[in-house]
This record gives sequence, C-alpha cells and structure tokens, in this order.
Amino acid sequence: MPSHDVMPNMELYQPVMLDDAITIAERLGDRGWLVGGGQDTYGWLKDRAKATDALIDLSGIESLRGVRQDGDTLEIGAMTTLTEVATDPVIRERFSLLADAAAIVASPQIRNIGTIGGNVSQDVRCWYYRRGLSCYRAGGNLCYADTPEGMNREHALFEGSRCVAAGASDTAPALVALNASMVIRNSGGGREVSAEDFFVSPARDILNTTIMRSGDILTAIRLPADWRDATFYFEKVADRNVWDFSLVNIAAAFRLNGDAITDASIVCGAVQTTPRRLRNVENAVRGMSKDMATAEAVAPMATAGARVLAHNGFKVPLMQNLVKRAIAA
Amino acid sequence: MTTHIGFDFVPPDVPGKVTGEIKYAEDYRREGMVFARLLTSPLPAGRVASIDASEALRMDGVVGVFTAADLPPVAPPANPALASDYITYVGQPILAVAATTEEIAETAIQRIRVEYERRPFVVDPLESLSPGGATAYPEGNALVPVQEEGPDGTTINSARIMDVKWPQEAIDAMRTGREPVGAEFTREWEFGDLEAGFAEAVAVVEEPFVTIGYPHHSLESRTCMAYWENGRCYFHGSSQSQSANNAGLARMLNIDLADLVFINEATGGGFGSKIGPYPYMAITGQFSRQLNRPVQLRITREQEFYIGSARSGMQGWIKVGVKGDGKVSAVDLIIVNDGGMTGGGSGNSSAQHVTVAYQPEAMRFRHISVYTNTTPRGAQRGPGQNEMSAILAPVTDKAAAAAGVDRVEFRKVNALDSDGFQGGSQGPVTSAFVREAIDQGERLFNWRERLEQPRQNGSKARGLGVGIGYHGAGGRGYDGLLRMDTDGMLHIHSGVGNLGTYSYAATCRAAAEVMQIPWERCQIHRGRSDRHLPHSSGQGGSNTVFTHSRANWVAGQDMIAKMKEIAAMDLGGSADDYEIGNERVFRGADPDSGLSYAQCAQRAMELGGAFSGEEYPEDINPLTQLAVQGLAGSGLIGVARDNIPGVGQPPGVVVGFIEIELDTDTGKYDILDYAAVADCGTVVHPKNFDNAMRGGAVWGVGLAALERHVYDPQNGLPANVGLYQSKPPTILDVPVETSAAAVNIPDPQNPAGGRGIGEPTQGAACAALASAISDALDGHLFNSAPITTDMIVNHLAGNSYSTQSLKTNTF
Repeated sequence: MPSHDVMPNMELYQPVMLDDAITIAERLGDRGWLVGGGQDTYGWLKDRAKATDALIDLSGIESLRGVRQDGDTLEIGAMTTLTEVATDPVIRERFSLLADAAAIVASPQIRNIGTIGGNVSQDVRCWYYRRGLSCYRAGGNLCYADTPEGMNREHALFEGSRCVAAGASDTAPALVALNASMVIRNSGGGREVSAEDFFVSPARDILNTTIMRSGDILTAIRLPADWRDATFYFEKVADRNVWDFSLVNIAAAFRLNGDAITDASIVCGAVQTTPRRLRNVENAVRGMSKDMATAEAVAPMATAGARVLAHNGFKVPLMQNLVKRAIAA
Repeated sequence: MTTHIGFDFVPPDVPGKVTGEIKYAEDYRREGMVFARLLTSPLPAGRVASIDASEALRMDGVVGVFTAADLPPVAPPANPALASDYITYVGQPILAVAATTEEIAETAIQRIRVEYERRPFVVDPLESLSPGGATAYPEGNALVPVQEEGPDGTTINSARIMDVKWPQEAIDAMRTGREPVGAEFTREWEFGDLEAGFAEAVAVVEEPFVTIGYPHHSLESRTCMAYWENGRCYFHGSSQSQSANNAGLARMLNIDLADLVFINEATGGGFGSKIGPYPYMAITGQFSRQLNRPVQLRITREQEFYIGSARSGMQGWIKVGVKGDGKVSAVDLIIVNDGGMTGGGSGNSSAQHVTVAYQPEAMRFRHISVYTNTTPRGAQRGPGQNEMSAILAPVTDKAAAAAGVDRVEFRKVNALDSDGFQGGSQGPVTSAFVREAIDQGERLFNWRERLEQPRQNGSKARGLGVGIGYHGAGGRGYDGLLRMDTDGMLHIHSGVGNLGTYSYAATCRAAAEVMQIPWERCQIHRGRSDRHLPHSSGQGGSNTVFTHSRANWVAGQDMIAKMKEIAAMDLGGSADDYEIGNERVFRGADPDSGLSYAQCAQRAMELGGAFSGEEYPEDINPLTQLAVQGLAGSGLIGVARDNIPGVGQPPGVVVGFIEIELDTDTGKYDILDYAAVADCGTVVHPKNFDNAMRGGAVWGVGLAALERHVYDPQNGLPANVGLYQSKPPTILDVPVETSAAAVNIPDPQNPAGGRGIGEPTQGAACAALASAISDALDGHLFNSAPITTDMIVNHLAGNSYSTQSLKTNTF
C-alpha cells in the first residue's frame, strides 16, 4: 500500500478574474479541480487517494471575497474565509447563526484559510472512502461502513443509500436553516439554487455531495431576509473542542411572538450526507411555547426514521437532546 | 550548599528550538543524497509472492530498490525492517525505493507491482483465544515459555510462539465480567494468602475492563539519513535516546561500535516509541551502503502510525477485597494484552501499578499477551501503569464506597511509603512519600470544600476525581564522563538523549553541583557520538534524572579525587588534606595553598595516565571507553561508573485531583480545575518539573477520554492513521489551570536527591479524570479507557455501548 505526502505533479492555474476561471473550468472539464482554501483538496491529492490533471486555484479572484448587501439580501463571496464570516459585523448582527457555525469549524488555522465555499463543497469524511477504498462513492460496488462490523461511529442515521457517510460541514446546516441560496456560475451563465437543493443525498447522486458539476463554480452564498434578526441556536458536539468534525450539530432559527413560536427552521448536521431539515419538528413547535415542556415533547420526533448502525446509536439521543436544547434555550 | 540542583536554568538547546535553528534528522542534507520512501503492506496477514520493480527502476532518477532480501533474514515473531514471508499488519514495510527527488520516489513506489498471498488475520486478542480463532502468525498467537533439553542434560528456558486457545466458556465469562475458569496464561505470580484476604474483606468489587491501545504519533515522524565514509557510518536518526542506540544500531549495520557515529541533536517526541534503535533504521544504513551514497528515508504521518509502535490494549478482570478500615486485603487480576504483531504487552507493569496503588496484603496476577495483526506495540509513557491507573481509579472509588471509607482516605490507608513494595516480587523502594503527596494535594485542591458544593445544575453534573500515577523512576550502573580544560571550563559529556524533556541538561547540573562551578563555566557535549559521549541508559522509563544525576555525580567525585591527588603531589600532604571551592582545590588548613581547576587540568595533561584519560576504570562500558580514548590527553578526565551502593527501585508517583462539569445532554465535560502533587524526591529543575506536570496532564486527558486504536475487523485496516483521527487533546480540551507541586523530600539514594517523574504525570491525570467522570455519573463504571462522548451519551440514554463486549481496537 503506497503511502504518500508529497504533492503529485499537476498543472496549476491561478486566474484572477472569474470569467477566466470559468473558461478554464469549462475547458478542463473533469480534468480540472477547483480549489479554495485547499483544506479538503490537499489531503485528497497528497494522499493520492484522488488525482487530478490540473488545479484551478480560485484564491486570486478578489470578486469572490467579502460580504456585501444586495437589497434585502446579504451576499457572501464563496472565497470569504470562515474567520471572516465568523467575525463579519453584519453577519454577526443579523445572522449570528451562521457566524456561530463558522466560528467553530475545525481550528483557528483552518478557519483562517478555509473558505465558506469550500466548507459547503467539501467531500464527506468517511474514513474508508478517504483511505481510497473502492466503495460506492468512489465508483466501486461496496460500502465498508454499513456492515455489522463496520467502524461507523461517525456515520449517518438517515438516508443511507449505498453510502452512510455523514456530511462534514458545520456551516451547511446553518445555511439551510437560513434559507440561503447558492450562486453558481458556468460558461452557460449560471443559476441560483436553494441551499437545501444544493446538497444531494447518495440516493440521488452517489458520487457527489452537491449539485455542482464540471465547469460550475460556486461564486457566492446569499442570505435572504427571511430569518434576519431571528432567535438563533447553534451547537456543535464533537469529541474535541478544536479541530474535530461534528458528531452531531444543530442550527435553528425561531420567530417568536412573546413566548410562542410562530415559525421555526431546524436543521441537524452530521446525521446524514446532507443537512437534515427537521420539518416534522418545525411543524410541531409552531404555535407552541418555546420552553422545556415543548422541547421534551417534540425532541423524540427528531429521530423518527433513524437507522442505527453498529456504533452510531449514540447519535439518536444526542440529536434529540440538541433539538431539546435548541427549543428550550 | 546547593547552587544548581533545584534552581531554574535555560538548557542550551532551547534558543535553537525557539528560533527554529536547531536541526532535526530530516533537516540534514549531504552531497549526492538520494531520497528513499517505503512501500507498505495493504494486507494484515500474508506473504510477498513476488515483486516487480522493473518499471520503477526504468524511471529517470530512480537509483535503487531495497527489499527484505537485502537484509539478514529474521525468524518470526521478530519485527523485521522489511517483511517478506511474514506480513503481519497493514502498513508493514515491504520495500524501499530511492530516487534523486522525493517526488520521483513517491511516483516510483506506485509503479512497483507486488503480488501477495493472503493469510487469515485477527485484530482482537479474545477473538484469537477463542476456539477456532485466527492467529496473527501461522505458528500461533502467543509466546509461550518452554523448557528444552540442552547439551549434557541441561535445561534451557526459552519461549516459542504457539497457538493458545481458551474454552468458549472462559471467553464468555471474561466478556461478561466473570473469572475465566480454565483459561491458559503465560505468566502468573502470587503473594500472600489470597483466599484469606477475600475472606476477611467486608467488601469485594469485581469488574471487567478494557483499554483500547493508543498510537504514538510523535510530532516528528522518524526520519533517518545515513552515509558512509571510510567504512564508518554517519547516521542521523530521530531517537529519544543517544548513546543507548549505538550498540544496537552498530549490530544492525554489522559494524564495530567505533565505526558508528550516531547523530541526534533534537527529537520531536518519542515517549517510548524511540527509546532504542528501531528496525527500519537498518534500511537506511544498509541501503546507503548498497548505493554508496547518502540516503534519507523519510516516512509519512500514516507510516509513523504504522511503524511508530503503540501502547498495547488490555482485556481484563479484577477482583478487589477491602477490609473495614479500608485496607486492601486481596486483589485478583487477569490481563489479556493486545500485543499487536510484536506481542509485547505491558500487563505486568499494569499489575505493578496495582501493587503500588493498593499495597495489597495478598495478590494474584495472571497474564497472557496475544499477537494480533495490528501495529507493533511498545512502550508508551507509563506503559501498563497509566492505562491501568485510568481503569483502577473508578474501581478504587467503588471499593472505597463499598467499604464505607472516604475515597481519599482510602488511598492514604493503602499508600506506598518507604517501607512499601512494588511489583509481584514485592521489591523494596528507595524511598516513598505518597501519603504526604495525597495530604498536600488534598489541601492544594481544597478537596473537602469542593465536596460540599452542589452537584447538579440543570443538565450539568459536577464530578470530583482523584487518582494516582506511578512508574519506576531510575536505574543504576551507568557512566559519567567529565573533562576539565586548561582554561578551567568543565566539559560535561552526556550520552543522554533529548526528546524534549531537557533531562540531559538537568542531570548535567549534578556535575556542576559536585564540582561547585558556575553553570556559565560548564559546557555540555551531546548530540553525536563522535563528541565522545559515555554510555547512557535509554531515555525512557522516567529514569534519567535519578540515573544520570548519579552518574554525573560520581564522575565529578572522580575528578575531585584526581584534583586532590594532583594537589597533594605538587603541594604536599595527602589528598585528604584538600578541599574544593571557588574553582580551586586547596589545602583545608591553608586555603592559600592550592591549584586552580585550570592548573589541575594542565598538570593532568603533563601527568598522563588516569589523570588525562590514558587509563580508565575497567568497569566502564565499552562505549564510554571509546569516549575516554577520544578525550585522552586533552585535560583532566573524571570518569566513573555509578557504583553508589543501595537497594530498591526509586518510585515516581503523582497524585492528581480534578473537577469536571459534565453536560448530561451532550456527554461533553469541561475540566474546571486540576491539581497534582509529585513524590519525586528533590525537584532538580523546577521549570521543567512544571512543564512535565502540565504536559503529562494533557496526555492524561487524551488517554482517559479521546485517543484510541481502531481497526476494522473485516479487513484489518486501521481507522486512525492521521493526527486528527487519533484525536490528541487540544488546548481547549485540557485544564486551563494546572496546579503542580511536589513533596520535595530528597531520595536518600541519589546524592542530587531526585527521582524521575515523566510518566506518572500522565497516569495521575487520566486516573483522576476517569474517577471524576464516574463521580459525575453517580459512580457508574465504564471500565474502559478511553471513556468517549458516545459512551457517556449511550449510558445516559440507557443504551449499551460497544466496549461492554471487551472488544479492543474498536469504537
């Protein structure tokens, strides 16, 4: 078994204009690999578990950076670092849910170089897949984790379909909860899709975790006013308090009238490949008091339909407890 | 008068560490150097059927391929540098390829075709002991002592790898926490009357336990670089020891001790994984000789996981009997070690920890270490003792509660003192003041006041924990070597390695102390063996402070004796008439009559013989003899073997107290406070003592709560080959404040007063944390190390958790 840590030879493109990047991405097609902060990419390439002919480095494109107001919408450039998202005063004031999520991704060093676009586009962290095994997601015909003896403590409770890898992003649940939309550009122009539709389950596409395809570039994330200044709750539970992926996380937004919940958006991460929106819980809490009684009554609904693997059963009570805390907070 | 021992100073390599100027093995380059990389096994068990390196060898820049065929054959169950007929774990090195650049070498290993034959494999010891269970080697799963007939009717005691199987009933009993009747062991010892001990107990606690094993992941993955000049091998390595490497490495390279220059100025951690020469050093040295050019062999982080060795796991059962006054009357202990492919388990050290923690009146220990197709196992900070401390602390709390004794008082009742013993042979200790350490810690931590605080606040539950860490802390019989130059500078030659503990420098202070010379007038020579370094112990086992402060002390005494002899010769009288002080040797009755140290050095060179190292004691090690020969004629030589009389093992003990706040919703907890008190004799270097106490506590959190070995039993593949997957604690996972103190009573068998303390610092913290987690959960025993978030959540939810099956190498 070869073990590597030296970057393989490949072409490197460093465009400074978005249009040039789009042209290069279109021309290279599947031969090209977009890289933002590189915190997902370089592991794949240095381990040589995945390979590419050419890297398209987006870090030189200034127009992809920063936070700007566009009417009622707040637009975040895809290359904005997680540290910048976590500390941006406007995001902190209006959408602290996202700032809180970004602030607890990985470690300070990774947040300083990792981007919001990269964080939502990153691949899953199933250790079998990352080791380069030929699983379904890698184009093979086996899932090593979804077996009675699989080492699947971090894996998914829901929507496993040939793959039970859990999503790794901490910001993704927050973006889904905030009804964010993702701006995608390509040589044909582009499109804007909701965050909920941006992430795709293995049942729909076993090879990709997002709807992005060759030639697409995620350029920005847009936050509508829907949940601006709402009552937010974000919590991440990981083994370590720094430099760890979530065992389960939760992002929730509430509109209140007094103590009563008039609307709610509740999303859990790390329980399936995509952020899991808990619509049954949202429906159940509308009109209810935002208190412990409501929380305890609805929390078990959060895990309805969960399929527990050999080692991830703890995620069921953990997910319920996080839902309870989000509502009771 | 003490001027050095017990005072802070800056070890000379610290500025280089701060500025980045200091060099590690990987930083060295040599004209014509090529870069080698390893190809490792994808299989947990099997053999190499064929190797086709032709495509790689045709690549521009590739200069050679090195396989097991290029090394002397080794019989199983050895840990070969390169495997061929016996592949025993995923990641085992198969071959090395060298090229003019690392990039070419990495590409080349992808173009080498290896055909393998598979064998059955096993990653869990109890699985292997089960009827029909696979064995890690074709010959068996355990090293069993055997007696063979020798020449002339003599009997030879040896050991052979054999297939040991337990009855299924014994396996089932073990997994359900009962004594495995009918089980076979390879080691047993017992003292006292076990049956009577349990009979007089008012409380008996009986528990199964499992510890998962821990990879090392030293920060510096081990790089080697070697080149040869005129038959002499210059070897840059990453080791926690210095002189302790020379003899073994010379044997690996099949050269005389005098033909090896081992260079190791700085090391990025070792903690037991780099104590002596490791097998793959042979590849670098022999490959370099074969290619006749310098070879650097750097390994990846993943490969450091594979070959860097790991702490063995345990599957065990313990029964503790306690009398009404809290005295432990009997202990029955069984440990099955996961020995990985090397088979080495630390069970006896775990049992030794129990003897120190309890001083039981009777105890039985039964042990077997089982080979598995997992990484090589070896020492890791308090091997055996520290993982046992994490298990034993909550068991101790339960035993104390069952006997109706306060758990801190319980530990005092059973504490080791200077009349106490350690280990199955009940060997004596040099001195011990553990009861004093518990008393001091109890006050430092305000234990009694904290007990009175509310325990529950919403979802937050407070937990208080106490635990003891222990390790033997010193050896005897090593050499010290000093040279006084004609300018009056004291040159201290140290064969002690530098894995970052700085004990090499602290022990040199003993020489300065005995010579009564300012530290500024001392120079340490270390880091490469052609600097004439004496024989040294390996820098493991918390032994350096005791061992080498003594060795430097006796060398200083030898130098002083020679100075007095010179003075008597030149100035009259007898040597006994002379004293030292202010860098002079002078007549006690007439202080103006004397010689400076510089003058003594000049006279030694004129006198020759033992004064200047042309002659030396017969009992010093051959390596020290070489070192003295190298210094001969260059000044006044002080050289001696440590023959200081005494008996017993010096113990290092730390007592830790911890408070946590555990969130019952998430299974997470914050460590609010930690205090630890060491019984380590005199604190030789206070700043370094403080660092050791804090650093050990950090890793204690890792051992108790975060780190572990995980293998997929379906394919023998390890899950945590990377640093982030292995989860060493981060700064936000450990106590913000650590209060560290010491009893600070000198050990009577070390003139400098000190004993080692490196390893127990971890054991105390992990024991205290395990105790606190149990306390926060109303005394629930997980009987596992680590105790992870998922286990706590599962327990609180009423779910089972996987370690109840005693499976190791698993989540």
